[in-house]
Amino acid sequence: MIPEIGEFSLILAFCFSILLAIVPMYGTIVKNELWMHYGQSMARAQFFFVMVSFICLGYAFATDDFSVAYVANHSNSQLPAQYKLSAIWGGHEGSLLLWALILTGWTLAVSIFSKDLPLDMLARVLSVMGMVSIGFILFLLLTSSPFERYLPRFPADGADLNPLLQDFGLIVHPPMLYMGYVGFSVAFAFAIAALLSGRLDAAWARWARPWTNVAWAFLAMGITLGSWWAYYELGWGGWWFWDPVENASLMPWLVGTALVHSLAATEKRGVFKSWTLLLAIFAFSLSLLGTFLVRSGVLTSVHAFASDPERGLFILIFLAITIGGSLTLFAIKVPNVQSESRFSWLSRETLILINNVFLTVMAMTVLLGTLYPLLVDALGGGKISVGPPYFNAVFVPIMSLMAIGLGISVTVRWRDTPLDRIIKAIWKPALASILIGAVFPFIYGSGFDFSVFLGIAISLWILLTISLEFISKFKHADSIFTKLKQLTMSYYGMMLAHAGVAVVAIGITLVSVYSEERDIRMVAGDKATVAGYEFEFKGVQKVQGANYTADRGQIIVRDGKNVISTLNPEKRHYSVKNNMMTEADIDQGFFRDLFVAMGEPLDGDAWAIRIHYKPFVRWLWYGGTLMALGGLVTVADKRYRRKKTIPATNEASHA
Amino acid sequence: MTPKRKKRLYIILALVFGAGIAVGLTMYALSQNINLFYSTSQVANGEVPIGTRIRVGGMVVKGSVKRSKDSLQVNFDLTDYGKPITVSYTGILPDLFREEQGIIAQGKMDDQGIFQADEVLAKHDENYMPPEIAESMKKKAESK
Repeated sequence: MIPEIGEFSLILAFCFSILLAIVPMYGTIVKNELWMHYGQSMARAQFFFVMVSFICLGYAFATDDFSVAYVANHSNSQLPAQYKLSAIWGGHEGSLLLWALILTGWTLAVSIFSKDLPLDMLARVLSVMGMVSIGFILFLLLTSSPFERYLPRFPADGADLNPLLQDFGLIVHPPMLYMGYVGFSVAFAFAIAALLSGRLDAAWARWARPWTNVAWAFLAMGITLGSWWAYYELGWGGWWFWDPVENASLMPWLVGTALVHSLAATEKRGVFKSWTLLLAIFAFSLSLLGTFLVRSGVLTSVHAFASDPERGLFILIFLAITIGGSLTLFAIKVPNVQSESRFSWLSRETLILINNVFLTVMAMTVLLGTLYPLLVDALGGGKISVGPPYFNAVFVPIMSLMAIGLGISVTVRWRDTPLDRIIKAIWKPALASILIGAVFPFIYGSGFDFSVFLGIAISLWILLTISLEFISKFKHADSIFTKLKQLTMSYYGMMLAHAGVAVVAIGITLVSVYSEERDIRMVAGDKATVAGYEFEFKGVQKVQGANYTADRGQIIVRDGKNVISTLNPEKRHYSVKNNMMTEADIDQGFFRDLFVAMGEPLDGDAWAIRIHYKPFVRWLWYGGTLMALGGLVTVADKRYRRKKTIPATNEASHA
Repeated sequence: MTPKRKKRLYIILALVFGAGIAVGLTMYALSQNINLFYSTSQVANGEVPIGTRIRVGGMVVKGSVKRSKDSLQVNFDLTDYGKPITVSYTGILPDLFREEQGIIAQGKMDDQGIFQADEVLAKHDENYMPPEIAESMKKKAESK
């Protein structure tokens, strides 16, 4: 009964999404305020019914209702309770339901927190979001209902959740990532609403900015969590694989980063307006493309679900309608858009433009590398794959140039800055970072290494320039505390996010160059030395977990004479699916991780053991978290909460 | 041509030039880093030059996995149900590596006719078959 209620409320939610897409939009055309007002209540109803549907699915999981096919395929009576709930999004159907829930949640949030938005603008934004949810809920209902039953003979117990997914990572990574992906639909809706109304001024950018920043921050956090999860759970200590699905999340993030910056220019200076719109459209389109790549099974990837061409086709059509429709609208409307100000070559506007060009080029190269195999295959060129060296080859130089631009940009003002002032502000940090960068590999490593020089120099460059800029704010301040209060939250957010970039760059550089890795055959009592640490293998014990049995190894790590850690990596056997799983054990540290994983048992009571030394690997995730925090902090800025007093009717006639 | 148009022309030319270089470099990087996918029959028939980095997909032949006694070196046979090849790999095999399981090996052919793999990939869903393998096996079945 409960699953049917779930299905039924999903249908109701679908009906409301149609109403939401039509009624407020029609209201803006006939200028009927009442109809425009309906948007808010429909957004609420839509969210409510998707929520009911989501709870019904959760209830089916909690009560082990294996007559529901999705539950039977992704859960088991032995599965620990927290994973039963996260298993809701452990497969295709449920994760789409989560997607729909988050989409309607964002719609609800817009309807609640945008009271100061002119009524007609809000009506358009909500309508566009309604159109997006029509697509997704229809997709759920037609091709991927999680409520389908195994009737009349349903299995006595479930097929269990994939052991890889029985982890804390599954609880946090997908919701965060989806918050980001779907969050760009708000920026998209704002862009479409702006095109429809022709209203594209500083006020518009001020409304769109906090939403974009939040979505961007969530996506940054989602990607960071994904990298962290892959590191400890996939078992082999990598943190980024250039897997098509990782790329699928990176592309909207890159374009989103460009969007965040160009929105700033649009708000402050009234420039790059049409470009900003285009970025908003592309950020969301790339989110959709990401979904298509993951769901259609066209690419070989860690995330690929068993493929279903019907689903792929649906998303492809949806994608074509979204991109085609919005770009057509863009082409028709955008010639009316004009810049409100001019700027010189030496200005913050120029640097933001350069930032945008670099970020889009990066997104394009990632897109090319990801889709190229598909393209070649479609043209009959055979199956190919593009290796990580391609991505590294294009990523590293562009990233380095961007980092240099970042450091300059903080010293440059809007509109125009004299060259001598820029040079005066940057020569010291430039010299310092080059010198320290050049010396660093000799002190930390064993000799000069260009990658280390480059990575450390650009990270220091960013850190030094932003700190100097921060300190210069206090030069004429009467008291430090009043000045600290005066600085806006946007400013602090920007500082945090930019510092995050430097921290990530340090992490990437050092972990890539100074990691040590050994695969060895070990018998109890064997010792191995990696990066100055001695690892002693003590042997293996059988242990019993909640829904698995495991061989648990014991490895004692010594730093000279002292024992610094005892690691217990496991080789688990999950009985329901007859799956083997490697559970690595990690001695975490601020400056280095020691990572131990067990391979397979060998003849003569030996085990294949993998030992990693990973310097500064955590800095990747610290940096990612700083960026996400930065994005969130900007939203607390007071100017986004300033009440507008312009009556709504005025705005309506404006359109 | 008005000065304004002239300026615009220069900007456009600069953009085209820049974009051209970017695309050129990208395509070059791409062409250096493409791994072609082959079936084991193609490899066994000598369609692949020795020393080229490729991907080979197929099923691990039952009873063919042989571990070395004192190192992590392992040999196994891979087949698309046409002609099998022998793969040599040193290191830890993925969790889902099993006999009669579809896997993808990345590496080079040596002059002994043995495929020297530096990476072995097995997917984490036991029902999931990488599209490359599925297609190459389908072709094999059709040609019979």
